[in-house]
Amino acid sequence: MSLLSIRNMDVSIGQYAVLHGLTLDVPEGGVFVLLGRNGAGKTTTLRSIMGLWDRPAGSVTFRGEDISSLHTSDIARKGIAFVPENMGIFGGLTVAENMVLATANGKFDPARLKRVYALFPALEQFWNKQAWSLSGGQKQMLAVARAIIEPRDLILIDEPTKGLAPTIIHGMGEAFKDISQSTTILLVEQNFAFAKSLGRDMAVIDDGQVVHTGSMADFAADTALQDRLLSLSMEEGA
Amino acid sequence: MNRTMNRTLSVKIIALTVWGLLLFSPFLFQDVRQVEVAARIAVFIVLVASYDLLIGYTGIVSFAHTMFFGFGAYGVAIALKQIGPGWGAWTLGTLSGVAVSIVVAILIGLLSLRVKAIFFAMITLAAASVALVLASQLSQFTGGEDGMIYSAPDLLKPSTKLLTDAEGDVLRIFDVRMNGKIAAYYFVFITCALMFWAMLRIVGSPLGTVLKAIRENEGRAEGIGYRVVAYRTAVFVIAATTAALAGAVYATWLRYTGPDTTLSFAIMIDILLMVVIGGMGTMWGAVIGATLMVLAQYYLRDLMEVASRATEAIPLLPELLSPDRWLLWLGIIFILLVYFFPAGIAGTIIRGRTK
Amino acid sequence: MKTLGPMIEKAGGVFLLPVAIAILAFVLIGAPSSWLTLTVAGLSMGLMLFLMASGLSLVFGLMDVLNFGHSAFVSFGAFVAATVLAWLGGWVGADSIFLNALALIAAISAAIVFGAAAGWFFERVIVKPVYKDHLRQILITMGALIVAEQLILATWGGTPTNVPRPQFLEGAIILGGSSLEVYRLFAFIVGVVVYAGIYFLLNKTRIGLLIRAGVENREMVEALGFRIDRLFIGVFMLGSALAAVGGAMWAGYETLITPALGAEMMVIVFIVVIIGGLGSIQGTLLGAIVVALMQNYVGFLAPKLALASNMLLMMAILLWRPSGLAPAVK
Repeated sequence: MSLLSIRNMDVSIGQYAVLHGLTLDVPEGGVFVLLGRNGAGKTTTLRSIMGLWDRPAGSVTFRGEDISSLHTSDIARKGIAFVPENMGIFGGLTVAENMVLATANGKFDPARLKRVYALFPALEQFWNKQAWSLSGGQKQMLAVARAIIEPRDLILIDEPTKGLAPTIIHGMGEAFKDISQSTTILLVEQNFAFAKSLGRDMAVIDDGQVVHTGSMADFAADTALQDRLLSLSMEEGA
Repeated sequence: MNRTMNRTLSVKIIALTVWGLLLFSPFLFQDVRQVEVAARIAVFIVLVASYDLLIGYTGIVSFAHTMFFGFGAYGVAIALKQIGPGWGAWTLGTLSGVAVSIVVAILIGLLSLRVKAIFFAMITLAAASVALVLASQLSQFTGGEDGMIYSAPDLLKPSTKLLTDAEGDVLRIFDVRMNGKIAAYYFVFITCALMFWAMLRIVGSPLGTVLKAIRENEGRAEGIGYRVVAYRTAVFVIAATTAALAGAVYATWLRYTGPDTTLSFAIMIDILLMVVIGGMGTMWGAVIGATLMVLAQYYLRDLMEVASRATEAIPLLPELLSPDRWLLWLGIIFILLVYFFPAGIAGTIIRGRTK
Repeated sequence: MKTLGPMIEKAGGVFLLPVAIAILAFVLIGAPSSWLTLTVAGLSMGLMLFLMASGLSLVFGLMDVLNFGHSAFVSFGAFVAATVLAWLGGWVGADSIFLNALALIAAISAAIVFGAAAGWFFERVIVKPVYKDHLRQILITMGALIVAEQLILATWGGTPTNVPRPQFLEGAIILGGSSLEVYRLFAFIVGVVVYAGIYFLLNKTRIGLLIRAGVENREMVEALGFRIDRLFIGVFMLGSALAAVGGAMWAGYETLITPALGAEMMVIVFIVVIIGGLGSIQGTLLGAIVVALMQNYVGFLAPKLALASNMLLMMAILLWRPSGLAPAVK
C-alpha cells in the first residue's frame, strides 16, 4: 500500500482549472520527485495535500486514511511536514524560536536536535539570530530542519534548490539523502540533475494531470521521453 | 445570454422610468416637498453613480466621497456668499471646488493607492474627518456649524419670472408656475442627467473595460501591463470631480450649505447604503438605490413616527420604532444586505435567481 | 551625513521620533512649565491611545482583518465604566482610598468583561463570514459600528454622560511651576503596565510566539500544526477588552462623554496604527505617543489645527515609510 495516494483531484482558481483529475501514488521510503513544466500544477499538488486550498474535489489518502477534508493543522499533526517554495521562515523570530514552533509541545528531543545540528551546523552557529538575517541557503536549511525536528512520515518540499549556489545545493542533497532513509520525501524540483541524483521514483505532471510515472533510473535513461515531457525547460546540470 | 440581456434591459427600463418621472416631476407632483425630494434624488443619483465608479468598478472603498461633495458645495457657497449671486461667481466657485478636489484626490491617490488597498479606506476616512473638523472650525470662511445661506444666480431665484402672461404675472403651464424655482429644478435635472450619461459613457469605454479587468484580477492586470495605480488614481480623480460637481449643483439648489448637508458622515453612510441597495458595479443600480433611499428618508421616517405613536401602549416597541432609531435600522439593514444580498437590486435582477 | 544615519539607527532609529518632536515643541513653546504639562498630558494620552489601538493592529496583523467597528469597543468600555462608577457613587466619593480603588477596579473589570464579550460576538457574528473579503469586511464592520453607536445612543441617551472620578485620582501635583494632573499620571502608569503585560505575553510565552509567527505567515503556522483561528478569537477578545479599558480610561480623562466618542477616537486610532505600522505592538505604541504628543503640542500652539497636523504627519510618514514606522516583519 502506498503511503500517500491522491485520486481524481480537481483544483481551480477562478475559472482556470489548475489540476484536473490528478491521480498519484507515493510509496513509502526514499525520495519521490515530481517533475513538470512551470505552471503544470506541482506546487498546487503539494498545497492541496497540505489542505491549503478550500476543499478541492477528489481524495487524498494518507496511510489509508482520507485526509482531504481535514484542517491543515490536523494534516500536519498526522505526520506530514511542508517546506514551501518561499520557505515560510518567520523572519522576525530567531532561529531557535522558529525551531521551537515546529515542535509539538515546545520541547526539543535532544537526539533530534543533535541530528539537526549535525546536518546543518550553520543553524547551531546562528541559533539566536533573527531568521531574516540568514542567507538564502541557511533559510532553506532552517525550513528543512523545522520539518524534521519532530518525527514525520512524509515531508513535502517545494523547489529547495531555487536560487541557491551549487555548493549549497550539494550539501542540501546530502542532507536529503540522509533524511530520506527514515522519512519519505515528496520533492518538487526543476533542477533535473539534483532530482536525478536523489529520486527513487518519480512522476511528471503536465497541465494538471500525471502524464508519466515510474522509477527515476528508467526516466533518467530515456532522453527521448525527457525531451517529450519536459521539453527544454530542464537542462542537464542546470 | 439572451436572458441576461433581457434582465439588463429591465434594470435599464426601471432606471429610465425614474429619470422620466424626475423629468416631469414638477408637473406630476406639485407639492414643494415633493419637488425637493425629486431634486435630491437627481443629485444623489450622480453622487452614488460616481461612488459606484470607485467601489463597484475598482473595488476600493473610500470614505471621502462626501468630502469632495462638500468641496464643490462649499466652493459655490463661499463664492456666492463672498462675491454675490451671479454666474461668474458660480463658475469660479465650482471650478475652485473641482480644482481642490482634483488636487486632494491626486494626493490621496498617489499616496495611499500605492501603499496598500486597505490603507485607502482608513486614509480617506481620516481625510474626510479633517475636512469636516476644518469646515466647522474655520467659521469665518465656512459659516462653521451653522453653514451659509446665500442667493442663487438671478435666473434660479424663486422670485424670477421666467415666462409671463398678458398681465405680467408668472405664466402657468398645466398649473405650474414658470418661475425661477422651476428653472432651478431643471438646472439640477439637466446637469445631473448629463453627468450620469457621462459616467455611463466612461463605464462603456475602453477605460471601463480596463477597470473591470483590474477588479477581476489585479495581479493579472498588472501582469498584462496595466499600471493599476495610475488607473485607480484616475478613477478616483474622476469620481472626486463628479462628486464636487454634484455638490456644486446641490448647493445651488438648496441655497444653503453646511456640514450636515454635504460633509457629514451620515451622508457618507447614505451613499454607501444607496450603492449597496442599488447594486455595486452596475451604474444603473445607482438610480434605484438613490431613489429608494431618498424616498425612505423622506417618507419612511414619517411612517416610523406614526407607528411609534400607534404602539405607544406597548412597551419597547415605540422606542424601537421612534424616528430617532432610524440609523439603527439602517445599520442593521446595511449589514444584512452586505451579507445576503451583496449584488444589490440591479445586480440581482441582472444575474437572475441562480447565483 | 553619512555617519549620522547609522548613529540615529543605533540610538533607536524611528523610536527617537517622539523625542525629536518633544525637543522641537520645547523650542516652539518656550515656556518649560507649559511644555512639561503638555508632554505629560501627551504621554498619558499616548498610552490611552495605545490601549485603544493595540487590538486593531494585532487583529489586522494576525488575520488581515481591518475592523472598522473597533472603536465601538472604546465607546462601550467608556460607558460601561461610567455606569459602574455611577452605581458605586458612594465608594467613588468616599474618603477611603481602599473604597476608591475598589470602585475603580470594578469599573475597569466591567469594561474588560464587556469588551471581551462584545469582541467574541463581533468576531463570531460580524467578521467571521467575511474573512479574506476586504471590501465586504470594511462595509460590514462599518455597519456594525453604526449599529453599536446607535445602541449606545438608545441606552445612554444623547446628552453627555458624567463620569465620576475616584477621589484619590482628583487634583494635580505641582512640579516646578507646571501642574501635572494625578489622573494623567495614573493613566500613564496603567498604560505602561498593560504594555509590559502585552510585551511579556508576546515575547516570553508560547502563545505569544504563535501570535508573532501568525502575524508573519499564517499558513505556515497552520502547516506546523496549529489552529490559528482559535488563537485569533482569543486575540480579538483581548484586543477588544484592551480597547474597552482604553475607553474606560479615556472616559475618566474627559469626565464628560457622548455616544460620538467612538467615532471621534476612530480617526485618531487609525492615524496611530497607520503611522506606527500595522501588526506590531511596538509600532502601535510609537504611533500612539507621536500622535498624542502632536495633538497636545499643536493643540496648544494652534488649537484648530490639532487633527489636521496629525493628518499631515501621517501623510509625511507614509511618503517616507509606506508601511508605517515600525510594522511587523512580513
